[in-house]
Amino acid sequence: MARWGMVIDLDRCTACQACVVACQVENNVAPSNAGQAEAGRAISWLRLVPIQGERRGTRPDLQLIPLPCMHCSHPPCIKVCPVQATKIDHEGLVSQVYSRCIGCRYCTTACPYTVRHFNWKKPEWPAPMEETLSPDVSVRPRGVVEKCSFCHHRLQRAKDKAQAEGRPLKEGDYLPACAESCPAEAIVFGDLDDPRSAVVRLSQSPRAFKLLEELGTEPKVTYLSKGEWGGQV
Amino acid sequence: MDKSDIGQEERLLRPIQETGRGFWIFAGTLLAIGAWGVFAWFNQLRRGLDVSGLNVPVYWGLYITNFVFFIGISHAGTLISAILRLAHAEWRRSITRAAEVITVLVLFFGMSCVILDLGRPDRVMNVLRHGNFTSPLLWDVCSVSLYLTASTIYLYLPLIPDIAILRDLIPGRRWLYGPLSLGWTGTPRQVHLLDKAISVMAIIVIPIAVSVHTVVSWVFAMTVQPMWHSTIFGPYFVVGAIFSGIGAILIAMAIIRKAYHLEDYLKPIHFNNLGLLLLVFSLLWFYFTFAEFLTTYYGGEPMHMTIFLSKTEGKFSPLFWTMFVTCFAIPFPLLANRRTRGTVWGCVVASVSVEVGMWLERFLIVVPSLSNPRLPLTAATYIPSWVEWSLFAAFIAIFMLLYAVFTKFFPIVSIWEIREGRESSVREVSERVESYLPGGAESAS
Repeated sequence: MARWGMVIDLDRCTACQACVVACQVENNVAPSNAGQAEAGRAISWLRLVPIQGERRGTRPDLQLIPLPCMHCSHPPCIKVCPVQATKIDHEGLVSQVYSRCIGCRYCTTACPYTVRHFNWKKPEWPAPMEETLSPDVSVRPRGVVEKCSFCHHRLQRAKDKAQAEGRPLKEGDYLPACAESCPAEAIVFGDLDDPRSAVVRLSQSPRAFKLLEELGTEPKVTYLSKGEWGGQV
Repeated sequence: MDKSDIGQEERLLRPIQETGRGFWIFAGTLLAIGAWGVFAWFNQLRRGLDVSGLNVPVYWGLYITNFVFFIGISHAGTLISAILRLAHAEWRRSITRAAEVITVLVLFFGMSCVILDLGRPDRVMNVLRHGNFTSPLLWDVCSVSLYLTASTIYLYLPLIPDIAILRDLIPGRRWLYGPLSLGWTGTPRQVHLLDKAISVMAIIVIPIAVSVHTVVSWVFAMTVQPMWHSTIFGPYFVVGAIFSGIGAILIAMAIIRKAYHLEDYLKPIHFNNLGLLLLVFSLLWFYFTFAEFLTTYYGGEPMHMTIFLSKTEGKFSPLFWTMFVTCFAIPFPLLANRRTRGTVWGCVVASVSVEVGMWLERFLIVVPSLSNPRLPLTAATYIPSWVEWSLFAAFIAIFMLLYAVFTKFFPIVSIWEIREGRESSVREVSERVESYLPGGAESAS
């Protein structure tokens, strides 16, 4: 059984935000207006956030890194949900059941990475964009929590395709929108249980680290950087 | 049972038999505030939590603060009353009911706060349908419902003989008192059963009450968020709850005493004794707060220190030091001094101060930890909206209104317990004291 994970190479990342836009379009995340952004309510499944790094030469000590859901192996959000609206499946994907969520926001407060978002309003798109919504992803109603799903609708599609072609799923069949769109190829996605996969090879790199590893959440997103990061986030 | 049976306790029935203009003005004002709250609530129902001041990452604010605060107040009644009953504290007789009513009423408001906080209140039944027992919120649902059930029974049992008195006195309200009195006539068997039931309930409610606020604290302590993830939270919350609860009883007693002229029942000695208890809890509060903050400071973990400093010298410092002054610096000298403690005003000033301080403490537990998340490096500001403040005001107003309405239907000071005190407790107490002495007869209680 596959265990899906991601590696983000910060030495390659140019902070261009192509991944952020690709994610937004792929997952029917409504664009936020200035007012919502100012109120601190902009929804973004994948954000570039400032993080404390090491100052070297001209490199600033505060850097922007892409922050998706970590899809932790021990997710603090799942335990606290009173209605089992967030679950981890057998392939390690942490998902949200929008139709069951009561919007108590316990998961959002329990998540140390602050990657879960609450729908303060009914999502709205400007007129022409409404017709370009992805049919594979449900639009969330007001009052529920949502988050990065590692584009799990793409996994289903990839599985169907592989089955139709009578072959097993191979590396690269299933890629989230962010990994697919990254022009610097900084986001690598694959099966952490497949010893030949790129994600396994990269996550064994001496440059590899995880965010807030000391909390024991066991994130399935690994970062790569030559700089000193550990313990400074 | 005729009027002579009430004996000297006639004054206790007066609030039920006559209602003056003052009451209607009081009730009307509260009702107006409550109506404003309903307006605010409809506003929220229509526009969702968009009308709150909440944001990312401060996902919880006033509603959760009020939830912890109201559930805390609920520890006033039942717990204090049960402990005093079990300890045979004779001075309890005129205050137990006033205390127990607070518990039962305020629990509804505590639970309602959580529903106000939901993004999808229409799905609240999912908690039963898809309940996840690893969630501390579900533990809360269980312990609060259990507490509400137990404290309602515990309020009702000692009401039965008084309801029977009212049934015989006020024929116009037989429809209400008749069924509620359960055919009470005061036979020795009934008295024996009631005594036994009250004692059993008094024992049962104590662990339930302790569990309630422990579990409330666990909603925070079970997460890994800095300055929430603390083993001291259970007892710290219970102590804070009883602390604010005693304050609430003292304020209620002062109002009842003044409004219904019950100076003869709620005497300075009652205020003095409860004031002493409030003093003890003020010291306990100081001890727990000191232990919690010193441990955090000495350990000096950066994430914890960020929140520690935001409270002690950062943007929350005005609230933090107000909390310290109102929870300790004001009540301590007032209550430690026998002259101010033995007066109604001394206790009331201390109690109001404690209520303000304990509300601030709850706010300072909920908001600063969320304002400074581990990731990303942001510091958000949360300013509650008019809707949140209005609903807070409305909850307090409707609570007071329901309390006042209760006093119009049931005696707020237990008639039969006062009478029992007059008739038998002087003898019982002297027998008990004799049994303590060398050569005295053995006594059962």
